[in-house]
Amino acid sequence: MRTVLAIEAAGPLTTIQDEGRLGHLRHGVTRSGPIDRMAFSAVHAALGTPPGGAVVELSHGGIALRCLEGTAAFALAGGDFTAQLDGVRLGSWATGVLHVGSRLVVRDGPCSNWACLGFAGDLDCNRWLGSAATLALAGLGGGRLVAGDRLVIEAGAADMATRALPPPAVTTGPIRVVIGPQAHFFAPEALSALLADIFHAAPAFDRMGMVLDGPALVPLSVTMLSAPLLRGAIQVNGAGTPTVLLADHQTTAGYPRIATVISADLDRAAQLRPGTPLRFVAVTVAEAIAAARSAAAAQAGWLRQVAAGRLLVGPDSLADRLAGANLIDGVIDALGGGTR
Amino acid sequence: VIDPIVYHVGDTGVLLEFGTAIDPAVFDAILALDAALAADPPPGVTETVPAYVTLLLVYDPLVTDAAAVAAEALRRVRTAGAAASSGRDHLVPICFDADLAPDLADAAARLGLNADAVIDAHLAAEYRVYMYGFAPGYAYMDGVPPALHLPRKAVPVRSRPVGTVMIAGGQCLITTLPMPTGWWVIGQTRVPVLRLDDPQPFLFQPGDRVRFARQSRASFDAGH
Repeated sequence: MRTVLAIEAAGPLTTIQDEGRLGHLRHGVTRSGPIDRMAFSAVHAALGTPPGGAVVELSHGGIALRCLEGTAAFALAGGDFTAQLDGVRLGSWATGVLHVGSRLVVRDGPCSNWACLGFAGDLDCNRWLGSAATLALAGLGGGRLVAGDRLVIEAGAADMATRALPPPAVTTGPIRVVIGPQAHFFAPEALSALLADIFHAAPAFDRMGMVLDGPALVPLSVTMLSAPLLRGAIQVNGAGTPTVLLADHQTTAGYPRIATVISADLDRAAQLRPGTPLRFVAVTVAEAIAAARSAAAAQAGWLRQVAAGRLLVGPDSLADRLAGANLIDGVIDALGGGTR
Repeated sequence: VIDPIVYHVGDTGVLLEFGTAIDPAVFDAILALDAALAADPPPGVTETVPAYVTLLLVYDPLVTDAAAVAAEALRRVRTAGAAASSGRDHLVPICFDADLAPDLADAAARLGLNADAVIDAHLAAEYRVYMYGFAPGYAYMDGVPPALHLPRKAVPVRSRPVGTVMIAGGQCLITTLPMPTGWWVIGQTRVPVLRLDDPQPFLFQPGDRVRFARQSRASFDAGH
């Protein structure tokens, strides 16, 4: 089945993303891919689509789209956006089906910056170096979506219930960092300020990074030979302004990185709305790796629940559907209220 | 054999620093280690990224850990040795007309030179490609003569078009995307370092040598 969706409105950071473009850091090509990787995985688990496939990534401004042709099962996950399908409110993490004439509207919720909207089937889009991930500054890959664009989904499936997804575990507390790799470009006072002071997510954020408001962490020198860096780097410019680098980060740069946000905490940091206060705490590399493994294990268990809900609400078995409904009711109770 | 300093990049990278100043022999050692790791990647190491004086090893923390990656990298340093200098030669036309070189006059003034002296010095030098970085296709070249060394501006400024030739310190590069820069823009070329539709999109490889040749405005405007 071929499904055609018309984009009626889209926020300025709406792009197509897949798991990312691997293996080309050495050519200056960053990985890209979703900012909230857990949400991205949840979309595929909920739809039963191959992990890593292309989805639509949303940010502030959300998206409004209408189904012109065919039907399309969809899943929305990430942050706390509000979604309405033909005027009926869905949970912010939910699945549903678009039929001809259906209109899906996703708007900013009370917090968060990023969400993923995926569809069962193959999203027809441009690729570069084997990936549909949009590298926003270069306009490479699937690309940015704007009002008037059409999305085409081939081999779409529509056997999907409208349901809320089980909510992920919420992690709170300071954002954990590993100091360095260029901590020696900073005076001890700057390192103390990084770990003792309160920062705020600044209004300036995009897929390259989120700027932080707070004390100036002025480097001792900005005469640094360009060196490779990775997602999570807290890079400081000559004026002392730190930026946490995200999925579209530069692959090398000549501004020093005072610390690196650990992978287990990076995506929740990226979801902090501008104005939100945050603190950093230093951990060792071994602690950071342990946190990554623990987070991956917890996520795998939760993704099994997300996928199990899909299997339980399949269209073939009333008993399965009842079992699924019970599971969903429990989830909705846990959220403190119905969302349908 | 150079013993690198090991820095950790969060829980996904080990950065080996082989020196603090650009040195062809240091870079040859980095290229040799990079080649050795590519030929036989250690478990969990997903990518390596060479740069002027550093080599980044990217790893999957669910598969390996920082200590194992660092230990294996240091072991390979001792066995990889240094590759002989290699690479291809490129000749890149460049136009220095004022509207294509908005920083040329300011750079010359700061250097105590006139614009022609800056141009002559830039054309006389041979450059070596040390790495790609910053954005797709940005090939960093070393070899700007000391008389032209200027520090980067503290904060990046206005966007410049593709093909902008710019310098900072001893480094020179040709842009492949329009974007703001803190470097000094001294000219422009039509040579595409990034060819998006090509199965091998990157014109230069680390280790290649580049010279520039002055191009007339008529030739530049004709798209050569």
